[in-house]
Amino acid sequence: MDLYWPSVFFLLFAALACGFGLAVVFTSNVVHMAFYLILSLGATAGLFFLAGADFVAAMQLLIYVGGTLVLLIFGVMLTAQGPFISMRTRGGEWVLAALVGGSLLAVLLQIAFSMPEWRGPSREVAEQAVQRHTATRLGMGLLGARVDRLEEEDAEIRRGMSGYLLPFEIVSVHLLVVLIGAAYLARAKRRGIPAGEAPRDGTTRG
Amino acid sequence: MAEFLNKAVDWLFGWLLQWLFGRSFGEGSWVGYFLASLVHFALIINLVAVGALVFIWMERKVSGRIQDRLGPTRVGGKFGWLQTLADGLKLITKEDTMPGSADRMLFKLAPYVSFCAAIAAFIALPFSSGAVAWVAQHLNVAVFFILAVLGLEVFGVILAGYSSASKWSLFGAMREAAQVVSYEVPLGICAVVPVLLAGSMDLVLIGNLQSGWFTNWYVLHDPFTFIIFFVYLTCATASVNRAPFDLAEAESELVAGFHTEYSGLRWSIFFMAEYGSMLTVSLLASILFLGGWNGPVPVASLLGLSYENGPVLGYLGALLGFLNLLAKGFLGVTVMMWVRWTLPRLRIDQVMTTCLKYCTPIAAVMFLGAALWQVNFLTGVRFPSPNHWFPAAQYGVVHEPLPEAVLSEDAPEQASERAAESDEVAVARVARSVGGR
Repeated sequence: MDLYWPSVFFLLFAALACGFGLAVVFTSNVVHMAFYLILSLGATAGLFFLAGADFVAAMQLLIYVGGTLVLLIFGVMLTAQGPFISMRTRGGEWVLAALVGGSLLAVLLQIAFSMPEWRGPSREVAEQAVQRHTATRLGMGLLGARVDRLEEEDAEIRRGMSGYLLPFEIVSVHLLVVLIGAAYLARAKRRGIPAGEAPRDGTTRG
Repeated sequence: MAEFLNKAVDWLFGWLLQWLFGRSFGEGSWVGYFLASLVHFALIINLVAVGALVFIWMERKVSGRIQDRLGPTRVGGKFGWLQTLADGLKLITKEDTMPGSADRMLFKLAPYVSFCAAIAAFIALPFSSGAVAWVAQHLNVAVFFILAVLGLEVFGVILAGYSSASKWSLFGAMREAAQVVSYEVPLGICAVVPVLLAGSMDLVLIGNLQSGWFTNWYVLHDPFTFIIFFVYLTCATASVNRAPFDLAEAESELVAGFHTEYSGLRWSIFFMAEYGSMLTVSLLASILFLGGWNGPVPVASLLGLSYENGPVLGYLGALLGFLNLLAKGFLGVTVMMWVRWTLPRLRIDQVMTTCLKYCTPIAAVMFLGAALWQVNFLTGVRFPSPNHWFPAAQYGVVHEPLPEAVLSEDAPEQASERAAESDEVAVARVARSVGGR
């Protein structure tokens, strides 16, 4: 028996991601949904690891699984009226969701079936890809050097391939602005409270 | 390390499999890989579980001594060293209670979520480095992965707090979430500094670069790293919710915080997760700042325990490094206990102030300072060649000097010398030319 184990693990992680994705749709409790969403996103991170994209996988864990869902649960827990909220989906929402999901599925299926040739996984190619260690190339690309395009003969074209330093800087500065803005908006507003009057803050909320 | 273990397991169990199945399994067969992964998994689980056993006993003894008591003295004959086992037996026999209005599924799952996150961090944590790194999965981005996974532990706590249907639990979970989310920022900045100095997020490489005497440790690299090490310690203590930052389980206000409604074994799993992540952050601090498996005195290389002198001596050297790292990790955990039993608990606003007004700005300034120091006084930014993936894959060469991107005039000439260059060397070459521009 000569199974190709990466394929088995791919199927396993893909099935987990799809299964938990379906569980998100068919659950009515918001926190359960968040829990299944975390498992689904975690399985997606497993797919990235399997593809040898360590950096993207760790990014998936940090940003999606960690950050977004902690904030989602924050939002759910801070805004919930009752102890365990349940969402009832109305008919109109089903139609809208089916429309959006169906159109996305149509696009994806079209792309999937427009592939000129489907090949089984080739062990040599897969192992070579896993040995590549993509993080260094990504970092160099963001610093302004495209190490994956060193073979370009034409010097003029090579000068144009200066990596992604400018977008990287723009995104960095943008994030910094957002961070400072968030700190400015969330700062304690203590102005003009007359002496003797208790400051109004959010301590009454449970 | 999987390859190496696979071969070892093949060799060990070859005769057994021959006897059981009547045929041998060649190199690269799934049985070998399965057994190798099982070995990794068992080692990691044992480290966390037995580590928790030892740490809980240590916590009792350390707190006892700090408070001028003896701590446990009877169980196990001497020093009460079996006390934790007795506690464990008690916990197993306790009733597994659950509030009537709790969310059953999440309430039961929450401890395991925490425990899984605590264990997962050990996958990428190297314990020693010899011919092969002693690590379950050698990741290129190990620092990043461990920080990402450490942040997931809070999810189990939030689930526990939410599903308990209790105000105390919910308050505890909310506090912990707020605290962990905000302390991830300075913790990340602190962890980035050794990454910057090493030019890689690979923990094996970061550890190997600090080999030799203790003066090579990154904590003594420059004044900025020295300060940022203590910022890291503060943030790490806060991010694993240890006192003085254990607001999530403040007994005086919240009964027991997020685990108020838990009892028995489920409760103890939360504690195993907590002690597991304490060990993780301590080991991470040891590798990032304290040289990892390279001791204050390079005993292994002074005694000649390296792969140059044969595989057995090399293995002994790696084993010495492993014990060295574990000792540093245990020392880190002991420091956390010392801090816990010495300092009073902070208020929630003081916790936030410590993070946002002190730790984050100090970490940011120190990061900038360390970068400037590296560029101005030392060799410039280091772009290591990923050829160093297995630094001693060829026996003997443990620490071959990295191709350093010296910000100087002769860099392009050096680059042009390499006629036949692989893709990885090309990375270093481009790095040089970028730096020289």
